[in-house]
Amino acid sequence: MNYRLMWRKAVNGVMLGLTGVCALLAVSVLFFILGYLVWHGGKALNWDFFTKLPKPVGEEGGGMANAIVGSAKLLLLASLIGVPIGFFGGVYLAEFGGRTFAFLVRYTTDLLNGVPSIVIGIFAYSIVVLPFKHFSTLAGGVALGIMMIPITLRSTENFLLLVPRSLHEAAMALGASKWKTIATVVIPAAYRGVLTAILLALARVAGESAPLLFTAFSNRFWSRGWDQPTASLPVMIFTYAIAPYEDWHRQAWAAGLVLLGLVLLTNLAARLVMSRGMSARRS
Amino acid sequence: MIIVKRLAMLALLLGLGSAAQAQGDPMLVNGAGATFPYPIYSKWFDEYHKLHPNIQINYQSIGSGGGIRQLLAGTVDFGASDGPMSDEQLGQAKVKVLHFPTVLGADVPTYNIPGVTQELKFTPNALAGIFLVKITKCNDAAITAPNAGVKLPADDIVVVHRSDGSGTSYIWTDYLSKVSEEWKTKVGKGTSVNWPVGLGGKGNEGVAGLVKQTPNSIGYVELIYAIQNNLPYGQVRNSSGAFIKADLASVTAAAAGTAKSMPDDFRVSITDPVGKTAYPIASFTWLLVPEKISDGAKKKAIVDFVRWMLKDGQKFAEPLAYAQIPKEVVEKEMKAIDRIQ
Amino acid sequence: MATVPIAVERAGPGWGPRTLLRRLRSGDEIAHLATLCFAASVILITTWLVYVLWVNSALPRHKFGLHFFLTSVWDPIFDQFGALPFIYGTLVTSAVALLLAVPAGLGAAIFLAELAPQRISDALTFVIDLLAAVPSVIYGLLGIFTVVPLLRKYVQPFLHSTLGFLPFFQGPHYGVGFLAAGVLLAVMVMPFIISVSREVLLAVPVDQREAALALGATRWEATWKVIVPYARIGILGSVFLALARALGETMAVTMVIGNNPRISASLFAPGYTIAAIIANEFTEATGDLYLQALIELGLVLFLLTFILNGLARLLILLTTQRGTAQE
Repeated sequence: MNYRLMWRKAVNGVMLGLTGVCALLAVSVLFFILGYLVWHGGKALNWDFFTKLPKPVGEEGGGMANAIVGSAKLLLLASLIGVPIGFFGGVYLAEFGGRTFAFLVRYTTDLLNGVPSIVIGIFAYSIVVLPFKHFSTLAGGVALGIMMIPITLRSTENFLLLVPRSLHEAAMALGASKWKTIATVVIPAAYRGVLTAILLALARVAGESAPLLFTAFSNRFWSRGWDQPTASLPVMIFTYAIAPYEDWHRQAWAAGLVLLGLVLLTNLAARLVMSRGMSARRS
Repeated sequence: MIIVKRLAMLALLLGLGSAAQAQGDPMLVNGAGATFPYPIYSKWFDEYHKLHPNIQINYQSIGSGGGIRQLLAGTVDFGASDGPMSDEQLGQAKVKVLHFPTVLGADVPTYNIPGVTQELKFTPNALAGIFLVKITKCNDAAITAPNAGVKLPADDIVVVHRSDGSGTSYIWTDYLSKVSEEWKTKVGKGTSVNWPVGLGGKGNEGVAGLVKQTPNSIGYVELIYAIQNNLPYGQVRNSSGAFIKADLASVTAAAAGTAKSMPDDFRVSITDPVGKTAYPIASFTWLLVPEKISDGAKKKAIVDFVRWMLKDGQKFAEPLAYAQIPKEVVEKEMKAIDRIQ
Repeated sequence: MATVPIAVERAGPGWGPRTLLRRLRSGDEIAHLATLCFAASVILITTWLVYVLWVNSALPRHKFGLHFFLTSVWDPIFDQFGALPFIYGTLVTSAVALLLAVPAGLGAAIFLAELAPQRISDALTFVIDLLAAVPSVIYGLLGIFTVVPLLRKYVQPFLHSTLGFLPFFQGPHYGVGFLAAGVLLAVMVMPFIISVSREVLLAVPVDQREAALALGATRWEATWKVIVPYARIGILGSVFLALARALGETMAVTMVIGNNPRISASLFAPGYTIAAIIANEFTEATGDLYLQALIELGLVLFLLTFILNGLARLLILLTTQRGTAQE
């Protein structure tokens, strides 16, 4: 047995083991966070939490029902703005783009990604809140939507580009026009990655509080429609966590747990719906 | 087809979200500003809502400066601030802005020195010196002098202050500016200043957390926060020479002295006041209301609320560790409410 | 075989001129135009954003000019503003974050893509994706309660005693500081790197791996020398995402960085980042010069991102050769 081979095998074992350690690290961090949230906020999770409005400090009961609904509304609006722009923009870059324009789009997207969330909040404030002279769910949705665009766009482009050229060419050889190729062959081939990207973007904006402070503001009461300020889980967490009251701290941790749960549910639902849709296509 | 179905679902969701406002819906009044009085304000607005179910007053704590700015921009109906508006800011307002003191609060020096369980006494010079980096060791003469019998180590002091702009910092720096000429010229007073030294903690939570974890540290937090979290805090010497521990009585005493000399617009600083039992680092917090409110219904709601707050609302203050406003000031405010049109 | 409805064009060698109607009906032009509009809207939004920032930072730009980049003083009372310590802090914390997150994230992604069985891999990735949804505030609070004490009591003394000769690990340590912020940021950006890199690695064609193995490479060699380079562009893309997030992170950083606008070589020292100071002082800033100075800081961050992205892209350009997914 020559030594070089033994060395290579040893390196193989060690490096692969290390990768396992890395994965374990990442997963254990999440379980640690979850455990912490459950430990500190679990007591505050009861039926009231999901159905009642917030109460002032010292009074028992009270919940974050309006914040949960508010977050859901904000995320819906954000997806409506961020996903189409990101997705179709990515399609353009991957399939149609010329060299300079595509470069420009990519560059600006990366720039947009690096803008601090509070600066995006300031931007949304200037273009939505000031003209209408009041805070609104719409403004919050716009801010979050803008934040979703870069991740969605770059990842869509990346995954579409990973689809082998042979698939393109096969479809075209069968006579399909370009857009048909893209819609029916390329995108389904890349859908996993694209969905991951969209869900990642959604997860990211779900936890942002800074851009909402100046756009959706917050609301102790139910928010009707899209033009009133609305409570949201991240802002409630922020407000309660830096307050002096232990009861509010517990509610903040519980809200964190609920937020994660919301994102988890959306994740599951999206994957389920998408996979059924895709398999229906393939049959 | 599937895409069409999905779009239809989306449209339905959107429709539900924007359910039209029915007749007789409650009126929403928006206010923004200081974080310090947020707990008592949320209690008041909730109680008021119980009495008047068709009026919803939504207050959010985005900071005193934010409250002032949003009021000037017209995006909220009223503001709240821990520090009074400056003349410059008042000049920027399209409509004149009235100040209404609501409750009293105080800043206390909290510390963490290993081995020290007693309550420390601080002189104004000691506090100013520590924050100006003139005093760097825990056992400096200025600190040990009033604390005979307490063993203080010879280690470096770690200073902790607020990193976010806040009324709490305003009160603290306002006090330091009054007791130290050097502080006044070198640093000044404000919600955010150029601190000569120290770690910045975000919110009271941040400062308290840093102090708790860092040996030989000293910082400042709101009185309510210290009480609610059982933080050790020291006594401060007032202008009469007595070492006072901050509590509701001593904070109210600080305001009582100024009741007679209260200016008509209620913009006054009560740090380092006259009074034997007064705590030196206390302050009012104000509601900022425009003198002219065009929406008649909103005006009525706000005016009624302020009246209620001054009469019935004050009793909610003490259970939450806020100090009530002295009666003389309340009477003056009641008269001032009539100026709102 | 999938029965995909196909529009069969009357194609032949040499298309000849087609009428506008024909082209429209074929849908290609519409698709091109529609997606172009969406892509262009990104440029529109970003330009608009820069415009709003530019217009709203006029006062300090006229007052300080280029000195803004060179001054270290941040004094709201006496109206002196300088961006240098914040630029420094932003760069240092992001560098630490990437140094920690990229190897760990890539390692985890390799494990999930190459070694773990499909179902475990999917489940674990799902779990890791959740990390991206944890609110910044919660990361910050957990940082204060767990990371900072850990650093102060064990890690920093350890680093000081072993690597203390390096300027990075000298000086008094408080727990909070550049290192704490860097560690927290690393945890926050890892899910992006893992998630995206894993998908990219999974998309590498099987024949690449099989060819390497057929030539006698060990699993690791096949992965490291063939697959990862093939997916290089995608992985770098995920690093960009991570960097961007690190540069712009506000809440979590401000809770553990010590918030002291100072420049110091030691990672133990407290510092400040652009995003953190905007988050801290924006809501309370009164006075136009003060407010606009904060907005100008936002503009500076934009510029920073611009330069960093440019450098990174240059790097890609210089190192791209055949054998990647984009040939």
